[in-house]
Amino acid sequence: MLGLTLREVSLALREGKVSPTELCQRCLHFIRKTKFLNAYVTVTEEIALKQAEQAEKRFLKGETLGPLDGIPIAVKDNFSTASIQTTCASQMLKGYIPPFNATVVQKLLDQGAVLMGKTNLDEFAMGSGSTDTIFGPVRNPWGYSRQYQERCAQNPEDTKDSSDWLITGGSSGGSAASVASLTCFASLGSDTGGSTRNPAAYCGVVGLKPTYGLLSRHGLIPLVNSMDVPGILTRSVHDAATVLGVLGGHDPKDSTTVPEPFKPFSLPDEIDVRNVCVGIPREYHAPGLSKEILAHWTKAAELFEKAGARVVEVSLPHTQHSIVCYHVLCTAEVASNMARFDGLEYGHRSTIDSSTEVMYASTRHEGFNDVVRGRILSGNYFLLKQNYDRYFVKAQKVRRLIANDFMKVFSSGVDVLLTPTTLSDAARYSEFIKEDNRTRSAQEDIFTQCANMAGLPAVTLPIALSERNLPISLQFIGQGFREKNLLTVAKWYEQQVKFPLIEFQDVADHVSEFPKTTKSASAF
Amino acid sequence: MAASSAGVCTACTIFRLSGRYWFLRTFSYNNNFSSRNVQTTTLHCQSQPQTKRKTDPRKWVGVVGLEIHAQIHSNAKLFSESGVHFAAPPNSLVSYFDASLPGTLPVLNRRCVEAAVMTSLALNCTINKKSLFDRKHYFYADLPAGYQITQQRLPIAVAGSLTYNLLVRQKWNQVVTKTVRIKQIQLEQDSGKSLHDDTRSQTLIDLNRAGVGLMEVVMEPDMCCGEEAAAAVRELQLILQALGTCQGNMAEGQLRVDANVSVHQPGEPLGVRTEVKNINSARFLARAIDYEIQRQTDVLESGGWILNETRSFDYKSGRTTPMRDKEGLQDYRFMPEPNLPPLIVYDNKTVPAHADPQQVVNIDQIRERLPELPNVRRSRLVEQYGILPEHSFTLVNEDGLMEYFVSVARETKAEPRKIIGWIIKDLLGLLKQHSLNVSQSPISPMSMAELLNLLEAGTVSSSAAKQVFQELWKGAGSSASQIVQKLDLGLLQDRSTLEQICRTVIDSHQEEVRAIRGGNKKVLNKLIGLVQRELKGRADPVQVKTILEEKTL
Repeated sequence: MLGLTLREVSLALREGKVSPTELCQRCLHFIRKTKFLNAYVTVTEEIALKQAEQAEKRFLKGETLGPLDGIPIAVKDNFSTASIQTTCASQMLKGYIPPFNATVVQKLLDQGAVLMGKTNLDEFAMGSGSTDTIFGPVRNPWGYSRQYQERCAQNPEDTKDSSDWLITGGSSGGSAASVASLTCFASLGSDTGGSTRNPAAYCGVVGLKPTYGLLSRHGLIPLVNSMDVPGILTRSVHDAATVLGVLGGHDPKDSTTVPEPFKPFSLPDEIDVRNVCVGIPREYHAPGLSKEILAHWTKAAELFEKAGARVVEVSLPHTQHSIVCYHVLCTAEVASNMARFDGLEYGHRSTIDSSTEVMYASTRHEGFNDVVRGRILSGNYFLLKQNYDRYFVKAQKVRRLIANDFMKVFSSGVDVLLTPTTLSDAARYSEFIKEDNRTRSAQEDIFTQCANMAGLPAVTLPIALSERNLPISLQFIGQGFREKNLLTVAKWYEQQVKFPLIEFQDVADHVSEFPKTTKSASAF
Repeated sequence: MAASSAGVCTACTIFRLSGRYWFLRTFSYNNNFSSRNVQTTTLHCQSQPQTKRKTDPRKWVGVVGLEIHAQIHSNAKLFSESGVHFAAPPNSLVSYFDASLPGTLPVLNRRCVEAAVMTSLALNCTINKKSLFDRKHYFYADLPAGYQITQQRLPIAVAGSLTYNLLVRQKWNQVVTKTVRIKQIQLEQDSGKSLHDDTRSQTLIDLNRAGVGLMEVVMEPDMCCGEEAAAAVRELQLILQALGTCQGNMAEGQLRVDANVSVHQPGEPLGVRTEVKNINSARFLARAIDYEIQRQTDVLESGGWILNETRSFDYKSGRTTPMRDKEGLQDYRFMPEPNLPPLIVYDNKTVPAHADPQQVVNIDQIRERLPELPNVRRSRLVEQYGILPEHSFTLVNEDGLMEYFVSVARETKAEPRKIIGWIIKDLLGLLKQHSLNVSQSPISPMSMAELLNLLEAGTVSSSAAKQVFQELWKGAGSSASQIVQKLDLGLLQDRSTLEQICRTVIDSHQEEVRAIRGGNKKVLNKLIGLVQRELKGRADPVQVKTILEEKTL
């Protein structure tokens, strides 16, 4: 039951094969079982059971709200949730209880979705491993899958350190793990440079980053306002489209959402890609791209060609500058956005308060980790009067060039771009923390980050298992506000590859105590 | 001193009434100068009053620019729905956004944009159809987000002008018109308020004001002394009040003025400037600027340097002192506000065809709604009532006085020029003496009109009318005619009684009669006065004069 897609379980609810309360309890049970993954920061058991009960009443009366009614979901802990602690996995916001719901959270609840809990992340979404969190790193469920464990048993190279585990990617690692570990059917992440797509790729789930301006950011605690987008994680492309249908549209509380009305859509089951033009960006053959992923990428292009689609090589010449440019823009906005955390109105306040300035300094020192503080420092440096033109303005210009690259490609007749999502499959934790957060972010975001620069929609979907039996994913990037086209193409490809379900449930039953690591990968 | 000079010298009265601060400013200088001296010296602002004492009186010239923060009169704040009220209970008008809860976003209040556009039009500005918002960063306890949203790169309006008037007091009936250029008008957020409790070493924060919409009006350094600056601010205040875009009460902080002051020698480049803050009234503005000009002149005269610094005005000592914080050195790390798209305003030509009128701001429509501005109002008063320009100045500049005048004029046949005398000299004189506003006047326009009608109809003499006026001021509730009756102040119509009293006066003042007969006609006035005293001013002075003339000549 828990391995179904959202679409399937929604049907099961409707057909009375399972009740919302039963489904909720099963998920709660499994959340407890998989506690070692550290996917959830807060499990909202009471709230979930109450919501499930209300859904149950609606089902009994035949007054269901829609496809999300009674469906267990999870929300990244950087979306404000009324009366539920919202921490951003930071000391700064530990214990902070927002008085309001983020618009996207409210929309889910209005549709009858059942909130299982708030998921773990890199502190303030700054990271690509979900390793830099005050609640301890998130573990990738695939590391405990039968598929992976069996392969490890065959390969003595991989088993030499059995206590080591796999990272989820990040920063929405908790959200990806929650869907991948079958504890909910959809989750919200946020995506600024790939934070939804990266962990989705490593955890073998679908990760959608919608067009900037389509979904409200109201209530999402910002990383980079001009790039943040709520992300959707599900177990199928169809499900992603369903959740998007609920979340999309103008929000009077977010002036950057587009005023044009948004029409929810469903994807056809019979898809013809003969009229589709798929672009393969030359520059995405990046150094460090694993042979396996390259091979699957090439195979995917061939598959499209065979099905009658036009596959063309395209060029996005400014992509190479994207990461550096992102670093400047991101840290500048971070420096600004983090200024509000001064210990006065909410959040952590230091007891060292000999003066207001001292209190600010000690509060911010105690409240933020090295990564956050490092970004604040660099951001403020870039915004200094004498540096502003050389860094910030220049980065904005480069950003425009990157966006123009996409415009040119799309105006040449390309419908979607097909790219890798990550350089390889999921890394081991011990391997991952050999490099600092900044280096890792630069590596991990390389294929995903351009879409945020240009505000374009992008979706990652798992397509195969690697030699290690871990998920390998590819990404489709679409034209702004053309999510339907993008997801239709992605769904067609999903139908072709038939990615296997994680064999996890029985395994998890046998997982006993795992040594808990609190070591952080943060270093500057 | 204020009381004793009121109503004695007409010149002084007008001078005083045309603006409270001028009078008080004169008063403050009385320790060193005679009133007239100050009037003369501040008249020609090119020559500094203070430098008169120096060897070369034309050496240093003050240069003054202003930055004025006008709180937008609106039900809600600039980016949130919280209400705006002065002196509401602390932190009772604070939305999640105002408290900068993480995840909250600014939503621009259309009313504030309209107010800025209207103000810009009234100040002859060029309105930028597209303007941008920026974040200005600094840490302060009453700035919860750690930055202020303002318009640093591209403000809503630029390149305007403000025409204001100065009363030239040497020849008191002369009004001089001056113009100051407006550099720009920008929309921005107000901060909260901090209350420092030094005994408990605590700071209390009130966020009611945080996020209230401000229009920052930046004036070019086209002024040269405190008086000009105060007059320009007063005119701006009147314009804002006429538009309804700002209530303009300086004491409540709805209008706050920072002055940029420097001195230089004519023909030389501008000097290093200081910024003077913490000025909460127009008269303090004038004092602060003049103090600062003098201070800088003294520093330069003694071979010193002026520091580019922020100084605070202490109204008790009348001095400016350097502010403790290092604002001059602070880097605000400006950054575009990413949560607000560019602000677009339209005109009739550019407004989108199917735009929701609730969602767009149309410059042309706002222009049509512009009310009568103070300078137009003054010209209209001069034209319509045939009054003097300086009187129109006083009527418009004193809050509510023009309305008072118009009401009286409507209810009486008396000449507008006569009404002006009563209202400006007598009524306003008393109001000032008692520190009252026009709206607090114990004499309503109706009572005033009734009194003037009695005078006009010859029911009372003008001197009796003054007595009735004094009774009305006491506000016992009687009407003018009731007072006339009660105090028996009606004009003495009976000629024989009048003749009898004249006879008595003449008989007991033979010396004066001889003087008159000897050709000194002026002495006749003394006799008229004596008769009037005898009659409590109830006689018609012309009639008294005729009788006395008959009897003495």
